[in-house]
Amino acid sequence: MEALSPTMEEGRVVEWKKQEGEPVAVGDVLAEVETDKAVMELVARAAGTMLKHVVAAGATVPVSELVAVIGEPGEAVEAGNGKKTEGRKDGKAEGPAAEPAKPEAPKAGAPAPGTQPTADRENRPTSMPPAPPAAAATETGRVKASPLARKIAAERGLDLQGVAGSGPQGRIVQRDLAALSARPAAAAAPQVPAFRPVPAGEPFADVPLSQIRKTIARRLAQSLGPVPTFYLTIEVDMERVAEAREALNAAGQGKVSFNDITIKAVALALKQHPACNAWWQDDHIRYWNEVHVSMAVAIEDGLITPVIRHADQKGLRQIAAESKDLAGRARERKLTPEEYTGGTFSVSNLGMLDIEEFTAIINPPEAGIIAIGRIAEKPVVQAGAIVPRKRMRLTMSCDHRVIDGATGAQFLQTLKGMLENPLALVW
Amino acid sequence: MPTLTYRDALNQALREEMQRDDRVFLMGEEVGVYQGAYKVSRGLLEEFGARRVVDTPITELGFAGVGVGAAMVGLRPVIEMMTFNFALLAVDQIVNSAAKMRYMSNGQVGVPMVVRGPGGAALQLGAQHSQAFESWYAHIPGLKVVMPATPADAKGLLKSAIRDDNPVIFIEGEMLYNTKGEVPEGEYTIPLGVADIKREGTDVTIVCHSKTVAVALKAAEQLAADGISAEVIDLRTIRPLDTGTVLESVARTHRCVVVEEGWHFAGVGAQVVDTIQREIFDALDAPVLRVTGAEVPMPYNKQLEKLAKADPAKVIAAVRQVLYVD
Amino acid sequence: MAGTATKPGRKTIDPATAETWRTWLRQMLLIRRFEEKAGEAYSLGKIGGFCHLYIGQEAVAVGTIASLRPDDYITASYREHGQALVRGITPRAVMAELFGKAEGCSGGKGGSMHLFDASLGFLGGHGIVGGHIPLTTGMAFAIKYRGTDQVAICYFGEAAVNNGAFHEALNMAALWKLPAIYICENNRYGMGTALERASAIYDISERACSYDMANEVVDGQDVLAVKAAMDRAVERARDEKLPTLLEVRTYRFMGHSMSDPIHGHYRTKEEVEEQRKRDPIAVWSGRLIADGVMSEEDVKAMDRQVMEEVEDAYRFAEEAPEPEPEALFRDVYAPEES
Repeated sequence: MEALSPTMEEGRVVEWKKQEGEPVAVGDVLAEVETDKAVMELVARAAGTMLKHVVAAGATVPVSELVAVIGEPGEAVEAGNGKKTEGRKDGKAEGPAAEPAKPEAPKAGAPAPGTQPTADRENRPTSMPPAPPAAAATETGRVKASPLARKIAAERGLDLQGVAGSGPQGRIVQRDLAALSARPAAAAAPQVPAFRPVPAGEPFADVPLSQIRKTIARRLAQSLGPVPTFYLTIEVDMERVAEAREALNAAGQGKVSFNDITIKAVALALKQHPACNAWWQDDHIRYWNEVHVSMAVAIEDGLITPVIRHADQKGLRQIAAESKDLAGRARERKLTPEEYTGGTFSVSNLGMLDIEEFTAIINPPEAGIIAIGRIAEKPVVQAGAIVPRKRMRLTMSCDHRVIDGATGAQFLQTLKGMLENPLALVW
Repeated sequence: MPTLTYRDALNQALREEMQRDDRVFLMGEEVGVYQGAYKVSRGLLEEFGARRVVDTPITELGFAGVGVGAAMVGLRPVIEMMTFNFALLAVDQIVNSAAKMRYMSNGQVGVPMVVRGPGGAALQLGAQHSQAFESWYAHIPGLKVVMPATPADAKGLLKSAIRDDNPVIFIEGEMLYNTKGEVPEGEYTIPLGVADIKREGTDVTIVCHSKTVAVALKAAEQLAADGISAEVIDLRTIRPLDTGTVLESVARTHRCVVVEEGWHFAGVGAQVVDTIQREIFDALDAPVLRVTGAEVPMPYNKQLEKLAKADPAKVIAAVRQVLYVD
Repeated sequence: MAGTATKPGRKTIDPATAETWRTWLRQMLLIRRFEEKAGEAYSLGKIGGFCHLYIGQEAVAVGTIASLRPDDYITASYREHGQALVRGITPRAVMAELFGKAEGCSGGKGGSMHLFDASLGFLGGHGIVGGHIPLTTGMAFAIKYRGTDQVAICYFGEAAVNNGAFHEALNMAALWKLPAIYICENNRYGMGTALERASAIYDISERACSYDMANEVVDGQDVLAVKAAMDRAVERARDEKLPTLLEVRTYRFMGHSMSDPIHGHYRTKEEVEEQRKRDPIAVWSGRLIADGVMSEEDVKAMDRQVMEEVEDAYRFAEEAPEPEPEALFRDVYAPEES
């Protein structure tokens, strides 16, 4: 199993694309694999014949575990090896392999050279780059966890396999699970994904955690736990934005959403307030010059945050086009890792779901996220008279280790000013 | 509640038990005319006479054996060892005679005897006078081993030890004799084999006994300043070990550090750790750590001696380690 | 060995004395036959561990215990089958103990070296050389403490006098004037080390001078002499509250233990043969016959009777139940309620 995303620790084989016996060329898609973020293609690194699917479709396999064997037709595949392979001691990822034999030290679980020369080939390393080590898993795939952590995991039905242990040598300890078991609180979800209802007559339904759900839980809980967050809310008058948007859309060439406009405004405001465009890096803060805005996209069974890169430098139409494309492919689980990592600040929007205002959870290592509420007509006192105005509430979650209250407030003031005077966005 | 020194609390216990039971007598080096090497027996010779407060020659094996023999035929000797370093000479009598008599006689002959005196290091007494031997005695089936840390415990436990029908090794602390504490007035005893929670806490359990109770309490106080809540359990009796109190606590805190004055290898803490991992393995969030004396004969030099002893800093470091802080 | 301390001769013996004397012979025979049987059982694997036989030293146990009252205290070393039998522990209970059976005098948990019967004041065979000598001092201390007129006696071999326990115990007994009698059964060898190779002074009784303690040397192969010396020691203890070191010169006809040959490297066969000529049983039965207390036929009949008793003990021990497994953890500590 290759690591198909930077955070992937295990993957689920969705479907085998090459059946046993089929010829395989370098670059052929062997299988679709669901990672913690997306469904990715597992690609052949060597040519030959698909001799064996070591794991069946549907199985979840830790990174670096053997999933299939590619070799010469007729080559023997040792049964025992077909079940499970020891993790690599040479640091190389286990993958579909058909490199020529090369003498090397026997590995644990592999037959000694000379005793099973053909079978030994199945364990041969490929030229693949090293896989990131699984957090708390040892070389043999055994998860290192304290007895208490194991007990809690068993009680709560948690899978320790992907959990990053904070103890010595990556040991998973109680506090690592406190984060894992915490509920991912109100996170942005613009489109409520299809929810599988509980069958009639059942008091409840237990749904196993998908890879993405596990990752969401872990990441968000990590945020809420250690990140000292505070919240700032500001109300913005959106009359002029609405007018501008109407004019833009009337001009054709694709539609621009309030969301797109807000992203652009956020990007520009960040440029003016680099103190908010930063990453918390434990022992240092990384302030970004570039502005990459992550936007939360609800997908079936979760959310993902594709990134509009250099959003400050892009026109509204380009932002609109990109966000549409990214959101679409996100829902199809077709994003590449590069497309959903590397943001410097996030935007989350539940306005279309009539949410007045909410607090979003920071996406570490980013230091801030803007939660966008609905745009609604509200009575506003203007020049001594009560008039109806389109208003929108923005709530910014700030990592206090990076952003202080006044810093965040000033940023919001700028943002508000831009939205209330959208010409600023054009210039 | 009156405040007494540990020394005077022991003195009260001896006095009360000797008043209560004529079979009880005190024997040892300098217990009578000299009033006790550490003055624990002050005034007893005057009150009870030379029949019951018996000065001995320097002959630890001999008078330990005298104690065993007298106990075998119905007396209840309290044998004072000037220190437990000297009791090494009497180990044959304690282990081969006292601990085994009841068993090898098929229950016919018991040895209701207390062997008491200070154990462990004091200050700069050097290698032969600074040793904690409780694990030696605790290893022996047939012996009970009691180690009070406070004046109140000292009194209540010594009275129970004297009334116990088994040989009891009662190890005091030279550095404890002058410590003060509240001691209940009037008749009271503390049962052997019952640990005491000296401080309640939620994050980690520190198991200790005798002099290391003060060490653990000091550590707990400093840890509290860092927001770490440590529970301090004073074993009080090493054998029989109150595993229930320890297990109940560690099951709550999930982390444990065991502190003792003696050496690491096969020490009392090793038994505590064994019990914890065997009984409540699933409650543990970290390996149980031990803080002990250094694995060296005690050096004379003051700085080196300090390095060799368990102290609050070492306890704090161990606690932080089991909590994965640092 | 010095000549007999008592002089045989035809004279009128009063019936009570005659009965006592016959009893002594019977006790000596009982020890002899019992030990022979124990040796046999050991070689058959029915007795395990260590087994130290008393053959050759019978007159010591019989002569000394004859002087005691039932409320006196006795402790002994690990070569204590003889004392136990004379004190009144039945051959059945002793043999069963050697067999490790539940009916043994120590419930099968003591074994050959740890025979106990508290009801008879028999407070143990003890396995560490010299280690039990201070216990006797402690018992004598308790006697004085309570102000009774009991005595405490202790049996040990001559090899024990070189260790500290002996010295410490005797010093305190003399210092505190305790009613204790320390009976050194000098059989000339501590295992395989002759007395003269282990002790700077040959006369063990001289050791008592260090403590200003009364002492006496007596021929251990002559039961009447042993009894007479013991009477003096008991009187000193009971009436004068003073201890005695009684050196009883005897000889072990067998090896140190069952795993030891009868002579071996440390003594010659000739020496053992020579010593056997002063077999205490032969000496005493000869005296009884000479004095007309018993006929040879009487002695043989007594011996047969004793052998039957020993056979009975053997059968009893064989058939006695093993201790139940629950006995393993019993009596490590006193029961909770005291």
